[in-house]
Amino acid sequence: MSDFQPIILKNITDLQNIEVYMKNGGYSSFKKALKLTPEAIIEEVKKSGLRGRGGACFPTGMKWSFMPQKTDKPKYLCANGDESEPASFKDREIFEKNPHQFIEGTLIACKAMGIKTAYVYIRGEYYPWIVMLQKAIDDAYAKGLIGKNILGSDFSTEIYIHRGAGAYICGEETALLNSIEGKRGMPRFKPPFPANFGLWGCPTTINNIETLANIPPIIENGGEWFSKIGEPKHAGSLLYGLSGHINKPGIYELPSGTLLTDLIYKYGGGVKDNKAIKMIIPGGSSMPPLTADEIEGLKMDNEHLKSVNSYIGTGGIVVMNEDTDVVKVIKRITKFYYHESCGQCTPCREGCGWMLRILDRIDKGMGRNEDIELLRDVANNIEGNTICAFGDAAAWPVKWAIKKFMPDFEKKVKESVELPIANKVHSLRLTVQE
Amino acid sequence: MEIKFTEENLKKLEEAKSHYPTNDAALMSALWLAQYQFGWLSTDVMKYVGNLLNIPYEHVLGVAEFYTMYNKKPVGKHHLQVCTNVSCMLCGGYDVVDYISNKLDIGIGETTPDGKFTLIEAECLGSCGTAPMMQINDYYEENLTKDKIDAILDKLSKS
Ligand SMILES: Cc1cc2nc3c(=O)[nH]c(=O)nc-3n(C[C@H](O)[C@H](O)[C@H](O)COP(=O)(O)O)c2cc1C
Ligand code: SF4
Ligand code: FES
Repeated sequence: MSDFQPIILKNITDLQNIEVYMKNGGYSSFKKALKLTPEAIIEEVKKSGLRGRGGACFPTGMKWSFMPQKTDKPKYLCANGDESEPASFKDREIFEKNPHQFIEGTLIACKAMGIKTAYVYIRGEYYPWIVMLQKAIDDAYAKGLIGKNILGSDFSTEIYIHRGAGAYICGEETALLNSIEGKRGMPRFKPPFPANFGLWGCPTTINNIETLANIPPIIENGGEWFSKIGEPKHAGSLLYGLSGHINKPGIYELPSGTLLTDLIYKYGGGVKDNKAIKMIIPGGSSMPPLTADEIEGLKMDNEHLKSVNSYIGTGGIVVMNEDTDVVKVIKRITKFYYHESCGQCTPCREGCGWMLRILDRIDKGMGRNEDIELLRDVANNIEGNTICAFGDAAAWPVKWAIKKFMPDFEKKVKESVELPIANKVHSLRLTVQE
Repeated sequence: MEIKFTEENLKKLEEAKSHYPTNDAALMSALWLAQYQFGWLSTDVMKYVGNLLNIPYEHVLGVAEFYTMYNKKPVGKHHLQVCTNVSCMLCGGYDVVDYISNKLDIGIGETTPDGKFTLIEAECLGSCGTAPMMQINDYYEENLTKDKIDAILDKLSKS
């Protein structure tokens, strides 16, 4: 359907099998990297223009260069496979279909930064995928690709899986560090940044699974080759996830900057039952939603999404048809943030509950005229006032949904049913049931 | 019942400890092992784990409370965790919850009298492309339909 040849989710049967992977050139980039200096590897990654696929789009080469090359302390790599942002389901596809490319990328990253221990943090729910990745890791150990004096070189590194246990916030990089240390997953203040003070106070780099899976082809074919795929400012392919009211949901690996309309109509087979679109979430539940008017001609990469006040996030696209109740959807998303807030910062902890209660009464037809303004005010007071970016993630969907779908909110408030006072008080008390 | 890890679990715990520079970091692995062996994390289990790793009970409790997958109370043999987050909601996640709730005659967070099934509403499980879905203990059941749910529950009620 597209002439693009995927570079991660390649169309090769049984690629998760180490023999198949190696027969198809697997681990040759790592062997090449073993002969390169750390600077040369980092330079190549910088040249590629690769930006983090965990949501923040931070340039990977630059991140790696922040790691001190000379230090007495051990250094760590954390591969972030927490993947708990609603509508994101791409990293699990890598664990399942091409785990070795991720492992190979991890090894190259360790070589580039002089790291001897890498932890792969995987959300606890992904047990079946933890089993798959562990199998791949074991196979690589058996081939002498991980461990001591890898392939007879003086380079040694270990890779361990750390299983989470159900907490979205552990995807935030400093919460993830605390979780690996065996603590509650509470984000830390930054600075100090993990590159200087990460796991157990040692230099640490955190990268997303997809980010690391992109490394082997970059070393293999050169940074310049990679930089020419997709949009120059956000080079490479992206693992777009399609879900919601779509005929063919799933993960599609395509060049960055693929048209949203192509994703929906060409690859995704169009909206279910041929309905019109009401709203689109472009990159996981945290990202400001789009209206149907905004999608025409819209390229899906971080830079282009900024023109409609949104971001690519994790690339998880949720398509919602014309019958969708915007308030209900935003309420459900807010319920998630209310549930997942770690509770350290007052604006986030209290604000999420507050937003949920207001949304709930608007949804139930008990909204007051001033509620929309109040809701916006609460969201604005969370955004930018918290320790970690979770606060923004919780505020954005609410804030932008109000801005872009005001009539939907107004309609619900106008249609408010006037209940007897006693009833009203009673139902307000019952709004947040948890 | 005496609370004590099996030999196998003790070995697994040693293995987990060897992955980290501190014992504390093996706590999450230890709690997982405990949950698999004892079914849920009672106060006594948490105290046992704390003693094994030399970690104060209060810290163990704090960690166990923080993570939703650690069961702080007993759950049924089959823990039905239905996703109702955005993508699943759009594809009928709430209908799945209602259907199971009616069929098993239990509410959300409740367990059937025979102790076989517990039903809960879950947050996004990273299966949005195969919605609606649920996790049953460690495994995923995706693209759920009424027929599929009937078949799954039928099979599980016999096991
Ligand atoms: C609330 C929150 C949740 C996050 N969840 C994830 C996640 O599940 N996976 C991930 O890779 N990054 C997640 N991130 C982003 C990480 O903090 C971090 O930026 C990323 O892992 C860095 O990797 P990258 O540079 O390769 O993108 C999350 C951030 C926040 C604020
Ligand atoms: S913003 Fe929310 S999740 Fe992040 S540290 Fe503060 S309370 Fe915790
Ligand atoms: S929304 Fe249900 S699995 Fe993601």
